[in-house]
Amino acid sequence: MSAGAWEAVIGLEIHTQLATKSKIFSGASTAYGAEPNTQACLVDLGYPGVLPVLNAEAVRMACLFGLAINAAIARRSVFARKNYFYPDLPKGYQISQYELPIVEHGELWIEDDDGGEKRIGITRAHLEEDAGKSLHEGLDRWSGIDLNRAGTPLIEIVSEPDLRSAREAAAYMRKIHTLVRYLGISDGNMQEGSFRCDANVSVRRRGETALGTRAEIKNLNSFRFVEKAIIYEIERQTDLLEEGGTVVQETRLYDAAKDETRAMRSKEEANDYRYFPDPDLLPVVIDDDFVESLRGTLPELPDAKRRRLVDDYGVRAEDAAILASSRALADYFEAAARATGANAQLVANWVTGDLAAALNRDGLDIDASRIGAADLAGLIDRIDDATISGKIAKEVFEAMWAGEGSADAIIDARGLRQITDSGAIETVVDAVIAANPSQVAEYRAGKDKLIGYFVGQVMKETGGKANPAQVNAILRQKLSP
Amino acid sequence: MDAELHQLTLTQLAAGLGRREFSAVDLTRALLERIERHDAALNAFVTVTGDEALAAAKRADDARAAGEAGVLNGLPIVHKDIFCTRGIRTTCGSRMLEDFVSPYDATVVERLARAGAVVLGKTNMDEFAMGSSNETSYFGPVRNPWDLERSPGGSSGGSAAAVAARLAPAATGTDTGGSIRQPAAMTGTVGLKPTYGRVSRYGMIAFASSLDQAGVIARSTEDAALLLGAMAGFDPRDSTCIEHPVPDYVAALAAPLEGLKVGIVRQHFDQGLDAGCATAVREALAVLEACGATLTEVDLPNLDLSVPTYYVVAPAECSSNLSRFDGVRFGHRAADPGDLTELYCRSRGEGFGAEVKRRIMTGTYVLSAGYYDAYYLKAQKVRQLIADDFRRAFADVDVIAGPTSPTPAFRLGDKTDDPITMYLNDIYTIGANLAGLPAISAPCGFVDGLPVGLHLVGPHFGEEAILRCAHHYERATEWHATCPDAYR
Repeated sequence: MSAGAWEAVIGLEIHTQLATKSKIFSGASTAYGAEPNTQACLVDLGYPGVLPVLNAEAVRMACLFGLAINAAIARRSVFARKNYFYPDLPKGYQISQYELPIVEHGELWIEDDDGGEKRIGITRAHLEEDAGKSLHEGLDRWSGIDLNRAGTPLIEIVSEPDLRSAREAAAYMRKIHTLVRYLGISDGNMQEGSFRCDANVSVRRRGETALGTRAEIKNLNSFRFVEKAIIYEIERQTDLLEEGGTVVQETRLYDAAKDETRAMRSKEEANDYRYFPDPDLLPVVIDDDFVESLRGTLPELPDAKRRRLVDDYGVRAEDAAILASSRALADYFEAAARATGANAQLVANWVTGDLAAALNRDGLDIDASRIGAADLAGLIDRIDDATISGKIAKEVFEAMWAGEGSADAIIDARGLRQITDSGAIETVVDAVIAANPSQVAEYRAGKDKLIGYFVGQVMKETGGKANPAQVNAILRQKLSP
Repeated sequence: MDAELHQLTLTQLAAGLGRREFSAVDLTRALLERIERHDAALNAFVTVTGDEALAAAKRADDARAAGEAGVLNGLPIVHKDIFCTRGIRTTCGSRMLEDFVSPYDATVVERLARAGAVVLGKTNMDEFAMGSSNETSYFGPVRNPWDLERSPGGSSGGSAAAVAARLAPAATGTDTGGSIRQPAAMTGTVGLKPTYGRVSRYGMIAFASSLDQAGVIARSTEDAALLLGAMAGFDPRDSTCIEHPVPDYVAALAAPLEGLKVGIVRQHFDQGLDAGCATAVREALAVLEACGATLTEVDLPNLDLSVPTYYVVAPAECSSNLSRFDGVRFGHRAADPGDLTELYCRSRGEGFGAEVKRRIMTGTYVLSAGYYDAYYLKAQKVRQLIADDFRRAFADVDVIAGPTSPTPAFRLGDKTDDPITMYLNDIYTIGANLAGLPAISAPCGFVDGLPVGLHLVGPHFGEEAILRCAHHYERATEWHATCPDAYR
């Protein structure tokens, strides 16, 4: 078997909940986590006689997304009904957009498997309402229905089948995730289901232009699952074809516990959704003025920010990519970098290193960091002016994180100021040399590596506060025969 | 005095209440007694709300005493049982909603209540408004006050029968394909379907959303104008409700008819129209001419396509609108379902009647993959052609006049075996629904003791023109004031 003979073709459909206060067609709250069925009004419950009224904020957010992916904003888009029966779908139809979506022909650039830039086409992004949730656990032979989520606005972002590997798919999904959070149109919370994805996967012999039969993997709610599910699915289809079998067009579910995808329903069993324009809603008409004024509200987008961090601050490209992955993180970095006279790369190292680790350890967002950007800059200033060493700085950082005060206050309180007085260092060095005659002899006999031992002894004697460079120089001078 | 109250129109009753000749409580009590006496035979009501009505009448009297009377203060009306009423069951004529109590009021209900109207009850109707004879109601057919063996028409048959039998001076109705105008014609009452978007659909249980429109059945055009004024206007809860100023419809009635151009549709008299009806309508047209209107012929070349078009569009929308009745959250739920599919199948199978099922099946079919273009999409195109026909016609005329219905009231059971003949009953009225136009049916004579209706269609928001035209006709004739003997 030669995996290299096969090529995967992947397209993603990403569902993003929009961060509107109220639902797309009713005034009920969209806040997550309330008691079941307490945030569903009569419209969300699909009561007899009620009617939907479109939330203008959802339209604004969808258009903003369209502008950010360089797409065409439809001047006229139409809501349609997608008809099917399910208990968590109160009206027996979902209001979505079908023939005339609000956003079409967009694009996004990702890093491809060879490290180059690759354009991923975005076919469309349309507005729709979310369904409720069916709950089956702990209810004996009953099913519970929670309609709090019913009517939450979504945009479904449909990519072209331009992705060629699980890695590319995950990179694309991450990029969309970053983008919607940049735009402030979604919290992107994957645990709460605010951001989830279906993957269409097929394989074909390398060089073929026709598409293979695809399987759709439903409801992937983490980047890792997307990657693993696609890897599994590509392997499954490739094996099947290698053995002379055929791929069946079907919907599959990814089982994370077993790391496999399983058939859910075939094409024959698929619903006929009987789409037709919703007669309860008027076409959404958008004029040029609206689009232009919206364009003016676009924030700096991730790619532009990443490039600017490299150009303006001289930060390494990998670090710029991490910093630009979140607007808040980049803002933090910029604030810290501006507040210190030190090299911005040093700031980037701290933000992506110790700070990121501490945030991660405590499960905090950058907005909730226990150390503010100005305070971190204060710490970095002390490294920069050699008041403390990088190693001591880590201790100071932890103390700051624990709330003990500013870097200066902690350095003073703990007496961590670096010893740069040559006389003081010489005294310690002399003592160390005197206490280790055999090592001194070995060193002088040519065992250069022992310098590390002596440095360690000096640092130990000074509680780590001696300036390492000075210690090194004085040692070498005094040890030289 | 009480014996006479039921014969008075809304306008006359308003004047009497204003002069304190009688109280709203007196009036309500008198009509509730009449309902008690007559409705067992007519079956016009699904629910009579006596206690609530008397309480509302008391409030109306108190408001009047305090000098706070609204335009409809103390005036009794009845609501078609398709309008959701808070705390009072709303059945839509279906077993599915036999015990459904709405937690909210429809906009129409709310507006009329705010104007001071007193609701005597909820009227019988074809199930989910699907029918032209009131025979599809789960609560049994309504009988026509002019002949108890005959249908009052449908779907607003209960409203029409209640008004014709003087059980209530006026009623609300809904009209998706003639459902206000056809029963009005068959019961000798005035039935007004406003422009699509003139009256909010919020709280009106949907049949076919792009066609449904709330309206009124009354005993005079003046009363229809009065009620429309209180019901109409923008409602932010209905996206298809249009922001358009509401004129004083009553004040607009008086303007003379001189110069009004009335179009006659040649195709209306081609075939299928009962000879007696044709004569009555022709005579009515002559009266309009005598009142100062000028008659000209207009052409609606696609009119014969209106019934087939309607029977694609309306079932398509209904198949989707009625999906919410699944036994999960409200309405009929089958006992002890074995699984989800059984819950759906049995709840809907038991809850819906034959005509509703027929239309859901038809609608599901025309929207299915592979058939959508041939049926639904084609029907939408034809619908546009029909609307264009009307638009061209209204470039030349102010009002289009003709018969409301091809025959007077038919016998109960006569057409129940043949849905197509039943559907053809709405041939003259459906065009106005497809084009979203206002239309009115006014009494214009009798054939063998059964009422005949004159149908007037106006351009968009042309309610004033058709009301004025009907009003002048009404002043020149006595048809609207004729009461069935048994209900004097």
